[in-house]
Amino acid sequence: MTDGWPEVGDGGTRRTAADGGADVREQFRPDDHSNDHFLLTTVVGSYPKPKWLNRAEELVEDDEYDFGEDHLTEAHDDAARLITREHERAGLDVVVDGEMRRNEMVEYFAHRIDGYEFNGPVKVWGHNYFDKPSVVDEVSYGEQWLVEEFEFTDGVASHPVKVPITGPYTLANWSFNEHYDDEETLAYELADLVNEEVEALVEAGARYIQIDEPALATTPDDHAIVGECLERIVEDVPADVRLGLHVCYGDYSRIYPEVLDFPVHEFDLELANGEYEQVPVFQDPEFTKDLALGVVDAHTAEVEPVEVIKENIKKGFEIVPPERLTISPDCGLKLLPRDVAYGKTRNMVQAVREVEAELDAGEIDVGFAAAPADD
Amino acid sequence: MTELVATTPGLLPLPDWAKGELSDLKGHQKSDLIDGTEGEAVTEAYDRVRAEELDWQTEAGLDRVVGGQARWDDNIAHPLSMADAVDTRGIVRYYDNNNFYREPVVVGELTATGDVAAELDATAEALDDGAGDLQAVLPGPYSLADLATDEQYGDEAAFLDAVADFLVDEVEQFPDVATLFLLEPSLVENPPEAGIDERAGAAIDRVATATEADVVCHTYWGAVPEKPYAHLMDADLDAVGFDFVSDHEANLYNITEYGTTDDIALGLVDGQNTRVEGVETVRERVEWVGEQIPAQSFDTTYLTANTELFYLPVNRAREKLAVLARAAAGEEEVTA
Repeated sequence: MTDGWPEVGDGGTRRTAADGGADVREQFRPDDHSNDHFLLTTVVGSYPKPKWLNRAEELVEDDEYDFGEDHLTEAHDDAARLITREHERAGLDVVVDGEMRRNEMVEYFAHRIDGYEFNGPVKVWGHNYFDKPSVVDEVSYGEQWLVEEFEFTDGVASHPVKVPITGPYTLANWSFNEHYDDEETLAYELADLVNEEVEALVEAGARYIQIDEPALATTPDDHAIVGECLERIVEDVPADVRLGLHVCYGDYSRIYPEVLDFPVHEFDLELANGEYEQVPVFQDPEFTKDLALGVVDAHTAEVEPVEVIKENIKKGFEIVPPERLTISPDCGLKLLPRDVAYGKTRNMVQAVREVEAELDAGEIDVGFAAAPADD
Repeated sequence: MTELVATTPGLLPLPDWAKGELSDLKGHQKSDLIDGTEGEAVTEAYDRVRAEELDWQTEAGLDRVVGGQARWDDNIAHPLSMADAVDTRGIVRYYDNNNFYREPVVVGELTATGDVAAELDATAEALDDGAGDLQAVLPGPYSLADLATDEQYGDEAAFLDAVADFLVDEVEQFPDVATLFLLEPSLVENPPEAGIDERAGAAIDRVATATEADVVCHTYWGAVPEKPYAHLMDADLDAVGFDFVSDHEANLYNITEYGTTDDIALGLVDGQNTRVEGVETVRERVEWVGEQIPAQSFDTTYLTANTELFYLPVNRAREKLAVLARAAAGEEEVTA
């Protein structure tokens, strides 16, 4: 189409997710929301586990105790209920269960996919490790991944539930590949498995799915592979399912603006850790997706005061207008002490509600939140 | 006939017990990482780690052994993290890996700390009779400057020179070592532009000539572009290390086109994949490289992993140490 008009057959409503046509945000506004403005509050996913859950996970490995898989499942249920409600108590609009059943974002899935083996933990940074798996055979769908987790959380939550799922590129890139000729092939094989899982989640009622692709920041030159993986994932996903992509700890200038072509509604970005130095990256060309802005640092043990978080939130208006801004922490909070994680989440929500009220009152005058000048 | 010497670029994985123990002792946050002021319990734990990692290398039969660099929480940026004039800030990505280090920001006049020398002293003391000769490991000046942020010296050239001076002062405090591996992945990953490339070669030369040890400037994650490689050839090095795992063609091109040092280090074992190479495969690759460079015979050929080894789980890292040692010694396959 060279004259600006769509070709025949090209103009109708697209049937797949992330075409940007459906308003997939408004469904998450709480009925009793107190402000006209609505900055959707959520979390990236992981949250510190209660100490007793860590203990339960040790006990199940220990033959000396009569503590079996059934007991552990009950402990996971209790923890998922507890953290889901803790998120609701903090006031989040969209909650998760803090990934209580998951040990780590790659390991959890690799244990459920046939073709993987484990050799032991490797360093990520400092004293943070993960049991990086090796792909030693063709990958295929093993046991269920997340449907049971979603159904349980959705059953105990009174707020909408988001499902974070590790993306295929990260599952490929953060594994040792001993089997496939190249990582790209492995990533596409895994993308088809993720697509299968996302369809099952949607079938179970999930309306907000976040694909976690931190590895995109690791190897930014591979953004086209991630794009192709996402195309495979969103195939046949209905348009009213909100799809986010979480990326963190990288040089975003190396993936922007290419990522704007990805078939998702929202990008969830870590920016507080770098004190918003990378905001200008997203200003030119214009950011055309929704932005989920990290406003609290996931790796400092001090709870940021509400006033500080409010200033961080306003950084978001330098990229998108309020109706396209989601607020979340930089990344999963699981490495923090639980009281700190809760304090950060609670202060974050309070800061958002205050910013919304100030937006309603026309008191914020920055970036895309600036009141339009009177003619 | 070239002498085959089995070694590594250092930075071994921590033994699994130490991952848990040190994590409990130190914590998980940015501020909990090593800053050179650790207490007795942490120091004692690292002493045990060093002894164990020396045992791994001795058992494997490596010809050069390293202290393991277990304390290097910030990977090869570690020497700067120890310096008084450096603030360690947010965690940033370590090259294109799923690994992070604290961004070292140089805010004052850099002065050497002796931290690496002290580690080498402790390693020398812990060496058993049957162990290989001691090898020091340092970041090269170009990579160290590249990993850091300068708020003191003002421009890239002045900063590079300052980092080189800092490393020279560190090296001058070293005990006697047989070999020094200078790790220069940034020459590949973020190669110096015109003007800086010559200065990078000169900076590496200054660090290399500060010691009597044999100096290997080891490059990885591909091949150094032609111009910086040509300038690297001006440095007084005993060997340049090449990553034949990730790009054998471009490295071979540099060698045949611009020549190389009298000794050579070949990165032949993949430090980032659990697939363990066969001893025969490694020996064949050594022969293959020799065949491709008929014009030159090397006095010493170092056989090494292409990258640091901390990316691997302990079992596979140790198997690879054995493969390198056996390949250098002309022994057969490792049998379980």
